[in-house]
Amino acid sequence: MFTEESLLRGDMIQVMDESGQVVHPEWQPEIPAEKLAEALKSMLYVRTADAMAISYQRQGRMYTYPPNLGQEAIGVAAGLHMRQEDWLVPAFREMGAWLLKGATMKDIFLYWGGHEDGSRFPGAANMLPSAVPIASQLPHAVGIGYALKLQKKAGIVFVYFGDGATSEGDFHEALNFAGVWKVPVVFICQNNQYAISVPLRLQTAARSLAIKALAYGIPGVRVDGNDFLALWKVFSEADTLVRGESGPILIEAVTFRRGAHTTSDDPTLYRTLEEEKTWEARDPIKRLRQYLLTKGLWNEAEEAPLIEQYKAEIDTHFLASETYPPYPLEDVFKYQFRDMPLHLKRQQAEYEKFLAWKGVHK
Amino acid sequence: MKVMTMVQALNNALDLQLAVDPTVLVYGEDVGVEGGVFRVSEGLQKKHGSDRVFDSPLAESAIVGTAVGMCCAGLRPVVEIQFDGFAYPAFNQIVSHVARMHNRTRGRYNMAMVIRFPYSGGIKALEHHSESNESFFAHIPGIRVVIPSTPHDAKGLLIAAIRSDDPVIFMEPKRIYRAIKQEVSEESFSIPLDRAKVISAGDHLTLVTYGSNVREAQKAMVMAKEKGISVELIDLRTISPVDRDTVAESIKKTGRMLAVTEGPGNSSVASELMAVAVEEAFLHLEAPPTRLSGFDTVIPLPRGEHFYIHSPERIFYEIQKLATF
Repeated sequence: MFTEESLLRGDMIQVMDESGQVVHPEWQPEIPAEKLAEALKSMLYVRTADAMAISYQRQGRMYTYPPNLGQEAIGVAAGLHMRQEDWLVPAFREMGAWLLKGATMKDIFLYWGGHEDGSRFPGAANMLPSAVPIASQLPHAVGIGYALKLQKKAGIVFVYFGDGATSEGDFHEALNFAGVWKVPVVFICQNNQYAISVPLRLQTAARSLAIKALAYGIPGVRVDGNDFLALWKVFSEADTLVRGESGPILIEAVTFRRGAHTTSDDPTLYRTLEEEKTWEARDPIKRLRQYLLTKGLWNEAEEAPLIEQYKAEIDTHFLASETYPPYPLEDVFKYQFRDMPLHLKRQQAEYEKFLAWKGVHK
Repeated sequence: MKVMTMVQALNNALDLQLAVDPTVLVYGEDVGVEGGVFRVSEGLQKKHGSDRVFDSPLAESAIVGTAVGMCCAGLRPVVEIQFDGFAYPAFNQIVSHVARMHNRTRGRYNMAMVIRFPYSGGIKALEHHSESNESFFAHIPGIRVVIPSTPHDAKGLLIAAIRSDDPVIFMEPKRIYRAIKQEVSEESFSIPLDRAKVISAGDHLTLVTYGSNVREAQKAMVMAKEKGISVELIDLRTISPVDRDTVAESIKKTGRMLAVTEGPGNSSVASELMAVAVEEAFLHLEAPPTRLSGFDTVIPLPRGEHFYIHSPERIFYEIQKLATF
């Protein structure tokens, strides 16, 4: 699957067609029934939370937010392979992976709701905060991989990024280091076709993003990022290889960002309705649901109440983020260094004097 | 004359220079079809063609690095970095090549480029989207750093920056991109890149600021006036090199200086203004020169941002302290 020939041919691993029919049984993974149901539930949870996040933003209760719609399978498929000892190095559009690693919607709402405490993730072992500057997190993943290897610690690293990130120097430098150091890192590129408004053809002249693995001497694969079964197959094999100390792997998951880049973006400026319709037909949730229905592993009647239950849970998380205690002045200063240096103590004291004056003069 | 926002004025400046000078080109992330995330280049690709106004791949270092090559070969690129916090991958190119090529080649190659980007906070934006990092750039020898505070100045300064044979980093205060509307001439005009502007004359103290803080300073001045404090307001416009003469002349008159900047104060433009006051007007000072800069911290995410951004009250607080020293 991770062969040079496959990369050169431009293969895309796919198991299901758009209607959820198995068309490539040779790649069909063996997945326990309960895992399949768990996967669909996770994807539904992400889709529900994502829609609610957009709604909270629209209501003016949260700041700018980057929607996940259409990309849910990629976060969930990798997330279900992550173990406690593994590391997640996120970008910002793989909510399923965040949640399965142990982040909560409260954390996520708190971060996009403008609070640094949303990057603490008290319930998630081994997870870095989001990386907004594009591709800058990739070298971090390589460094973690090296540390695990040197210290003979269990665990591998899952790092996410988008198609746009493959143009940044950090992407190339990280893959090169990873190849030389042979570190246990799974590089997950969510190729969602657009970097804000810029289409992939203006991002690279290469025939795929996965093929870039060849130049760094590491295995790569291209997979249908809207096909959960194909993703499962690829992540399972990657998991075995990387845990088996064979070094890093690059996975290009081909998908489409059906929503806006962020709630500040207007996709009608740069893409067509027709394109959106084409990808809507390839929806990952629709496909997995259909597959499960055919197998008798899903009861459609239970879905609506499940979504209602999720909505209530998610709203509770949101309210916890919204009613989070007011931001104390001290928090501006106290985490800059391990112990607050004198100059910051003075700057805080100076501001407190202003606040006291303001209290008197208002 | 036409009423314009800063975004419209900048768009107009780019449009005029693209029209008169075939060596001018505009590129960066999302600047083509979309016209930039803030729409500064809106409509320009359609009008001037996708050879001269276009989307680049997502890589700030190469955006600036290719501009270096273009300048060597006779073009005048105007490149956009999408946000302040995304400028850092380009830092190596800026410091090691943009700023040095002219000097290294003893004047053979001009770096006639403009590197534009929105800066500063106050719009409750995402992480890495609210940074007032102008002092990093002001510290680099060989680069002009310009920050407008009005639509009129934005247009005249951008035209001057594009015409300049020197490299110019042009930082745009995003929180007033659309907040101020002003009559701006539709004709082409330029404003010198090394002159501060005395916005209003006053007697008791000199307030020096630029960019997004000019508007807040003007509000603070109204409060000061009510208390009988007359403030002379200077908009620096170009933060590197600083127009020492205009600043010093004012301090000599008022005897007091307050520098208001948004970024961290440590080794900053605010520090430089303090040096100007001491070096150029020491014997005229009636009070220690003062600065109100950002804390020496990262700008907090939106819920804590209000502590960091100077309110008019905060500026007034410093004005009255200094006036009564």
